[in-house]
Amino acid sequence: MGRITLDKVAKRFGDVEVIPPLDLTIEDGEFVVFVGPSGCGKSTLLRLIAGLEDVSGGQIRIDGKDATAVQPAKRGLAMVFQSYALYPHMTVRKNIAFPLRMAGLSQQEQDKKVEGAAAVLNLTNYLDRRPGQLSGGQRQRVAIGRAIVREPSAFLFDEPLSNLDAALRVGMRLEISELHNRLATTMVYVTHDQVEAMTMADKIVVLNAGRIEQVGSPLELYHRPRNTFVAGFIGSPKMNLIEGAEAAKHGVATIGIRPEHIAVSPESGTWKGKVGVSEHLGSDTFFHVLDTGLADAITVRAGGEVDLHHGDTVYLSPDAAKMHRFDTEGLRIE
Amino acid sequence: MARAVTNRRKTIATAAAWTIGFLIFFPILWTVLTSFKSEADAIASPPKFLFFDWTLENYATVQERSNYFRHFWNSVVISVGSTLIGLAIAIPAAWAMAFVPGKRTKDVLMWMLSTKMLPPVGVLVPIYLIFRDTGLLDTRTGLVIVLTLINLPIIVWMLYTYFKEIPADILEAARMDGASLRSEILYVLTPMAVPGIASTLLLNIILAWNEAFWTLNLTAAKAAPLTAFIASYSSPEGLFYAKLSAASTMAIAPILIMGWFSQKQLVRGLTFGAVK
Repeated sequence: MGRITLDKVAKRFGDVEVIPPLDLTIEDGEFVVFVGPSGCGKSTLLRLIAGLEDVSGGQIRIDGKDATAVQPAKRGLAMVFQSYALYPHMTVRKNIAFPLRMAGLSQQEQDKKVEGAAAVLNLTNYLDRRPGQLSGGQRQRVAIGRAIVREPSAFLFDEPLSNLDAALRVGMRLEISELHNRLATTMVYVTHDQVEAMTMADKIVVLNAGRIEQVGSPLELYHRPRNTFVAGFIGSPKMNLIEGAEAAKHGVATIGIRPEHIAVSPESGTWKGKVGVSEHLGSDTFFHVLDTGLADAITVRAGGEVDLHHGDTVYLSPDAAKMHRFDTEGLRIE
Repeated sequence: MARAVTNRRKTIATAAAWTIGFLIFFPILWTVLTSFKSEADAIASPPKFLFFDWTLENYATVQERSNYFRHFWNSVVISVGSTLIGLAIAIPAAWAMAFVPGKRTKDVLMWMLSTKMLPPVGVLVPIYLIFRDTGLLDTRTGLVIVLTLINLPIIVWMLYTYFKEIPADILEAARMDGASLRSEILYVLTPMAVPGIASTLLLNIILAWNEAFWTLNLTAAKAAPLTAFIASYSSPEGLFYAKLSAASTMAIAPILIMGWFSQKQLVRGLTFGAVK
């Protein structure tokens, strides 16, 4: 079981309110991702759940029981840190066994569990090495192993992949998702990378300046962002947000159109502009179209073989059905 | 061409380093050499460098006239004692300042350091009077107390910089893993800080061993350590250079040997935190 409920949880550092009172429920077995720009309070929120920071107000319940004042270790949660936080003077075996040793398990039980975890994480051959002799990906696996052996009711991940190189990150992303499928344990995952959020989450919590902007499944956030912040944050490349006369034509303050919902043509279309930088990914091409009079640049996603060059005049046609509309407050209008 | 210049520069830099090293070492070398000369050779002009009649008589005389081992033992008790007590106080203090800093932690650290800026002679009279009235004059206990207080700021500062280098994440991980404060300190922090604690210990033993101002002013005979032993051979007229040198050599030998065997640890300790 691992149902986590935050009830008007707030955090202040002195006079600075980092997290204004917020409510959130994380269901048992869910993979929830906290995402937001740096400094938005997502790590602080995770640390409040872990018990590494004290709340300034409100209540945290884990499986219905008040855990607000419970010590970190007694909450039944396990955490994986960005820096891995392995014990450098202990071997991999001792690192993974540490929580079991603290819990007073017999040596036999410890060995059995450590070997089980090592087998799951492909660490069996590294058990007698020290963290310093391992690669980044292996260290991260040890950190996860140390979390698994405790059989926690929920895993907390604090930007666990940001110290890894790009290729390894994609691999570990899959491994963590696979682990979630296998264990079916609640996972709370903090990241600033919206691609990680979209690919891994059952539920995404978008945070900005300590406030929850929106909670929903990845596709909900993609298709129906509640405001311009979420619209701009979720999706890659970013949604084009257009204000002024063009938005007024649609009777709203801001319109949003995703790069993949704009058709490009060299001959005719709704908007006219000049091709700026093109990013060729093979499968797709992202064009940054300038001089449209709508925004600094309009990003457009086209096929991999489109033959347009820097300075060419192009015409853009947004798909009206896929257009998002926002009011003067930045809130979505249906 | 560029390579030749680099090599020449390297040679010059190496020669300069050796020269400076030799200049620093020279007084010690001269003291050791003088300790093997007769009193006449010791004051010979021009000075005799290596070609004199080597003799051990100064060591014999010094050993006859005063009890080296009593002074040696006093030095050991005072330097090791004050360092261990200092560590016992400084470890929790540095711990608290590094991991649970308050608003004024930086000020406290600065204030502790500022006590080292005061010339010791400024507080000599009050401390002397306190020691006289409490019967601590010329006792090892008194010297241990004074040297502990004198070196405490340095011990705290050194340990603080060491502890600062230990990532807080690791301690938090231990807390999440169910470690009590005691286990956290015993199984995670201490093993990680051992190199730091060891070099702090070594450096402070050396500092306390060599401390001369307080040890000379607060002792007479009973508690006098090796510094006082050396001082007893110095006279304004400078008549006993050879015996003074023998006494000095005997006094610095133990600490020099200890320093030699632990130099790796010491260098690491002194340059710690300089390069991240």
